[in-house]
Amino acid sequence: MTRPTFTLRREWIHGWLLLTPALVLLFAFTHLPALSTIWDSFFSTPRGQRAARFVGLRNYETLLADDTFWQVLSNSLWYAAVTIPVSVGLALLMAIWVDGKLSGRSFVRLAYFAPTVLPLIAVANIWMFFYTPGFGLIDQIRGAFGLPEVNWLGNPDLALGSVMVVAIWKEAGFFMIFYLAALQAIPPQLREAAAIEGASRWTFFRRITFPLLMPTTLFVSVNAVINSFRMVDHVFVMTEGGPDNASSLLLFYIYETAFKFWDTAYASTLTVVLLVLLSALALGQFFLLDKRVHYR
Amino acid sequence: MTLMKTLTTTLGAAALLASTATAALAVDLQFFFPVAVGGKAADTIQALTDEYVAAHPDVKIDAVYAGSYQDTITKTLTAVRGGTPPQLSVILSVDMFTLIEEDAIIPFDGLVKNDADKAWLTSFYPAFMDNSMTGGKTYGIPFQRSTPVLYWNKEAFKAAGLDPNTPPKTWEEQIEFGKKLTKRDANGNVTQWGVRIPSSGFPYWLFQGLTTQNDVILANDAGNKTNFDDPKVVEALQYLVDLSAKHGVMQPGIIEWGATPKAFFEGQAAMMWTTTGNLTNVRDNAPFDFGVGMLPANKRPGAPTGGGNFYIFKDSTDEQKAASFEFIKWITAPEQAAKWTIATGYVAPRPDAWETPAMKQYVADFPQALVARDQLEYAVAELSTYQNQRITTILNDALEAAITDQKAPAAALEEAQAEADRILADYR
Repeated sequence: MTRPTFTLRREWIHGWLLLTPALVLLFAFTHLPALSTIWDSFFSTPRGQRAARFVGLRNYETLLADDTFWQVLSNSLWYAAVTIPVSVGLALLMAIWVDGKLSGRSFVRLAYFAPTVLPLIAVANIWMFFYTPGFGLIDQIRGAFGLPEVNWLGNPDLALGSVMVVAIWKEAGFFMIFYLAALQAIPPQLREAAAIEGASRWTFFRRITFPLLMPTTLFVSVNAVINSFRMVDHVFVMTEGGPDNASSLLLFYIYETAFKFWDTAYASTLTVVLLVLLSALALGQFFLLDKRVHYR
Repeated sequence: MTLMKTLTTTLGAAALLASTATAALAVDLQFFFPVAVGGKAADTIQALTDEYVAAHPDVKIDAVYAGSYQDTITKTLTAVRGGTPPQLSVILSVDMFTLIEEDAIIPFDGLVKNDADKAWLTSFYPAFMDNSMTGGKTYGIPFQRSTPVLYWNKEAFKAAGLDPNTPPKTWEEQIEFGKKLTKRDANGNVTQWGVRIPSSGFPYWLFQGLTTQNDVILANDAGNKTNFDDPKVVEALQYLVDLSAKHGVMQPGIIEWGATPKAFFEGQAAMMWTTTGNLTNVRDNAPFDFGVGMLPANKRPGAPTGGGNFYIFKDSTDEQKAASFEFIKWITAPEQAAKWTIATGYVAPRPDAWETPAMKQYVADFPQALVARDQLEYAVAELSTYQNQRITTILNDALEAAITDQKAPAAALEEAQAEADRILADYR
């Protein structure tokens, strides 16, 4: 009777010992900062000799009345709502395309993947040249057709869209790799069997390929959500959130507030919003989607 | 923390004993500097620092390239908050109030010992000192300072039937010349704009050229009150907006800073407003004859100043402060200032630097370099307040909203003033 308890306890200790390094890192660099951010959001910003003091919900009241915050939040949601489905969809199309038999397949794969390995700052600089009114690539092409020049990054109606295009261009190639791997893991027998049954290509895709890709889609979409709130490098380089915050995203606004305005308390408050938003999305994805993902 | 301090002090004392026994006491300094105009500036600062250290073996200076101006202030304030500030740094002159509020820097007045020091402190152009002093104390020493100037394409002027040696002198002339210089193709699309005033990122800087010319200052000396909704400011913004919207001589919407010199070289714009820090770039790359002139005037000629100052940090030993002071005196001395100006195009911050033989030869070959200096007579302080970054962002947002036709100039500036008042109320 004593012996099993003993092994149980020993296994238990072993288990915890194995978990400890990861747990320590997780607490030190994820949970502790998250908690202290929430804590800081109830205080004023300390400056020089003036210490932080407890202000209760004042930072949250400021947040509710802050027009810039609401604009940035809506920008971020639009950004996510457009870039996630488009980049995932494109990735799937590209993966199917380069999975098939076509000449120069390796080259096409490389070409699609290239944006992923480039640093985003470099990518943004290249795109800035494309977008430059007058002598940029896009306007040169438009000019050949007699179309007028367009100020892509300087027009508030176009700036956010222009920034989204760069993100999609960068992301689609990355997600394509996962889909390509998943496609190649689908047993060829299924296709042969479907061919014998006389299923059309579309039916095969809809009933076999797509369901088998669902776990990958979940993985990719979780990544896409994280990335859509995390990527701001191109905003820095291309628009700095302008004109008049038209292309600013939540993380960029947090950076501005924390490291440009040095209003760390308000930045903490904004971070709490981001935290809540991301947690809600992640929970939703895992608990709602996960159940429907796996092919039974 | 206290343990660390005791330990460092003990070690320091031991080192002090050891060093006094052998040689003169060595001082270690860390020096952060930003680069805003390309690689040559970094090399020049490093070379000047090396030269100083070679001549002063008792001082060690670790010159750290800290990125853009924005990166440098971020890095410095992070270091200050982390308890490991540099001993001296070059930071935007307009960030003075931020550094004071963070209790990070000391005024130079306390380090001034003799008449030579006092004379040195008053040897700089007054226009540059405007952003370096507050409350009767000097917190910054001008170093990489600039002012915007007008560049024009002489060939385009000739083609448009204008005198290639005469830039527009007034706001009206700028529009008039601009109309002649704006060229359209058969489809009515513009192939060459008359004028280009960049507005991406920090439109407030060049906008101050317009407000100064309209005889109004954007903020008070104490840094706690702005005048964004002054009718003269509104008028200046209306002029900027009208250049595109009404007169059609400037590309509409936000105009990119970085692409501005290129647009000028490619003949997309016949005139451009940009910093004198671009002088060497334009000289090296413009495929045509170009002129450099003062910005056009309205009620008066005028331009803001810009660029970085030297600051000395509070959390250093007295020896380090004194050594930093000596180094700053040396690097801003006429010979060094002349070297710096010739390498970069920044305006040498004191009149006597322009009297050195090296500088005289430089301006003889390249008289355009004198324009920025001569314009200093009409230059005013750059917008600088407490919470400066936030206040300028508010103004930038308002300007961008007006430039992109989202808000009327008066409405945009009234909103900006209300927001600035809310933030600055704490400092009055």
